[in-house]
Amino acid sequence: MNHPLPPETSDVPLAPGERLPRTQREKLSPEAIAKIQSIAAQFPDRMAGTLPALYIAQKEFGFLSLGAMKEVAAALGVPEGHVFGVATFYTMFRKKPVGRYHFEVCTNLCCALNGAADLLAKVIEKTGARPGEGPSPDGLWSVDEVECLASCGSGPCIQINHGVFDEFVDEAKLEALMDACRRGETAAWGE
Amino acid sequence: MAAIRTKPDPQIYTFEGFGSSRYPNLMLRGAGELDNWRLQVYTRKWEGYEACRKALKMEPAAVTAEVKASDLRGRGGAGFRTGMKWGFMPKDTPERKVTRYLVCNGDEGEPGTFKDRAILEYNPHQLIEGMIIAGWAMQCRTGFIYLRGEFSWLIDKLEAALQEARDAGYLGKDILGTGWDYDILTYRGAGAYICGEETALLNSLEGRRGEPRVKPPFPASVGAFGQPTTVNNVETLAAVAPILRMGGAAYAELGTPGNTGTRIYGLSGHVKRPGLYELPLGLPMDFILNDLGGGSSTGRKIKAVIPGGSSAPVFDAKDFDCPMDFDTVKARGSMAGSGGMIVMDESTCMVQALLRLTHFYAHESCGQCTPCREGCNWMEMILHRIEHGQGRPADLDLLASLPPRINMRTLCPLGDAACGPVESFLQKFRPEFEYHIEHKSCMAGAKSILPGVLAPA
Repeated sequence: MNHPLPPETSDVPLAPGERLPRTQREKLSPEAIAKIQSIAAQFPDRMAGTLPALYIAQKEFGFLSLGAMKEVAAALGVPEGHVFGVATFYTMFRKKPVGRYHFEVCTNLCCALNGAADLLAKVIEKTGARPGEGPSPDGLWSVDEVECLASCGSGPCIQINHGVFDEFVDEAKLEALMDACRRGETAAWGE
Repeated sequence: MAAIRTKPDPQIYTFEGFGSSRYPNLMLRGAGELDNWRLQVYTRKWEGYEACRKALKMEPAAVTAEVKASDLRGRGGAGFRTGMKWGFMPKDTPERKVTRYLVCNGDEGEPGTFKDRAILEYNPHQLIEGMIIAGWAMQCRTGFIYLRGEFSWLIDKLEAALQEARDAGYLGKDILGTGWDYDILTYRGAGAYICGEETALLNSLEGRRGEPRVKPPFPASVGAFGQPTTVNNVETLAAVAPILRMGGAAYAELGTPGNTGTRIYGLSGHVKRPGLYELPLGLPMDFILNDLGGGSSTGRKIKAVIPGGSSAPVFDAKDFDCPMDFDTVKARGSMAGSGGMIVMDESTCMVQALLRLTHFYAHESCGQCTPCREGCNWMEMILHRIEHGQGRPADLDLLASLPPRINMRTLCPLGDAACGPVESFLQKFRPEFEYHIEHKSCMAGAKSILPGVLAPA
């Protein structure tokens, strides 16, 4: 059964104190729709295209608003409620905007034993963004704490957009990485 | 421009004897070499796809028999016999009625476990070759490699390796003139540890929430898209080509009876030489820790080791002589699990370590089963107040009373996984927890390792 989502202007909260922000875009591009449909056609069931389609939408919209989820549902021909359920289940689907460079700091045990707390504090200090609170005022940085990034042997570890960086033995490496981001040498989120 | 790892992985170490017949290097071959993922390197240096050619000349049942003869046990954690698992796939059903699938579980999300990443990054063709052999043995039509979402930087490399295999005729239509059509697709998860559980993985692969399914029916009869499916770990499938190449019996001579072959151990935490070590099963833990890992990285004594990924019950110093194989580790009260060994020195506060792990399980519970969803949060809440100086004398008994109410009462083993650390930490390091409650401070006296969400406000 299709459970349609409320219109995007709805004031119904998702969780106490939380609402899905709106994106500036309203529609998926024709290329994105074509890509979603070609991916879905690879699988025996179109629904299997949901996760790849949400990634494509996330890239187009910057994050997944209700409008983005509805677009995905329409492109795949699956219920909107299903897409909403999937998008809200997985942590990598962003329901809020992130900065141009999104820092995900692993704070799980192996990284924690090797100084993840100090690293996180340095990232917060240098970027001016706080975990879970959206981008820094200049829109350049955002920070989140994440669970294991499978770099346990060389932690503490940070993922910046699609790159994993580990072995943070000193502050200089973090500085160098941030400089590389400022110079545009690391892919911006959504690129 | 995408971010690119520009240097060989620093985590892979070698030691005297490594690569010899005693310690053969079967799965980490060429790991750390940046061009090792290319087909031409794999073919030229590592006899690539020879095992595949050999297998395709054999009857599918004979390939399964060879894997059975090797006595290979699944490297994902449970240690189930791979040949037996392959044997569960229905054989005589006509293809127009069923499509058999092979799924490679690359959702490596357990803290302390980082072995599959090295195979995917440096040896993807060995995995692909293993999947072709497994696909032939079970007469599958399609294979899926389900990768955790955070491995987005690996997908491109894996796709390129798959394309190389297609171009060389190892995948696609009429593979090597056998008349058999088979291809492998990648699928990227989106950040849920629970998707490492096979039925949750199948739900995720179908584009749904990664919630585990009720078993039975088991995936061998009703798996991906309602069809017979076998789910194997990356390391398990990467071991298949060496087995076919050297023969099941020769592979079974490595390791110990019942725990054959080599496996990749990951050393992390307070250890001088953290990294990946491929070793025959059954070597003692203190050999891996001290002779290979170099012992403690801090100069302090090692207090505890989690032997097989974060869900394995912790070992204290009296268990460090334990041979690292599935059966002995289990007999000593823990599990060999994924082979990820987390080392903690004596400055580690065990309350903090347990709180960090329990937070992980509470965060990653899919929420489907009440004992796991509520129990993990409850355990975290109790540990949080003990750590932050608000512990009550009755808290330890309350905490100890929770695992029996979660264990074996959920659809999947995530609840059990959360209980293993809690039970074992309490059993082996109870005085530290009592000290915390009584003195509102830490017995180890070290600086807090807890970041952000868990640190006191």
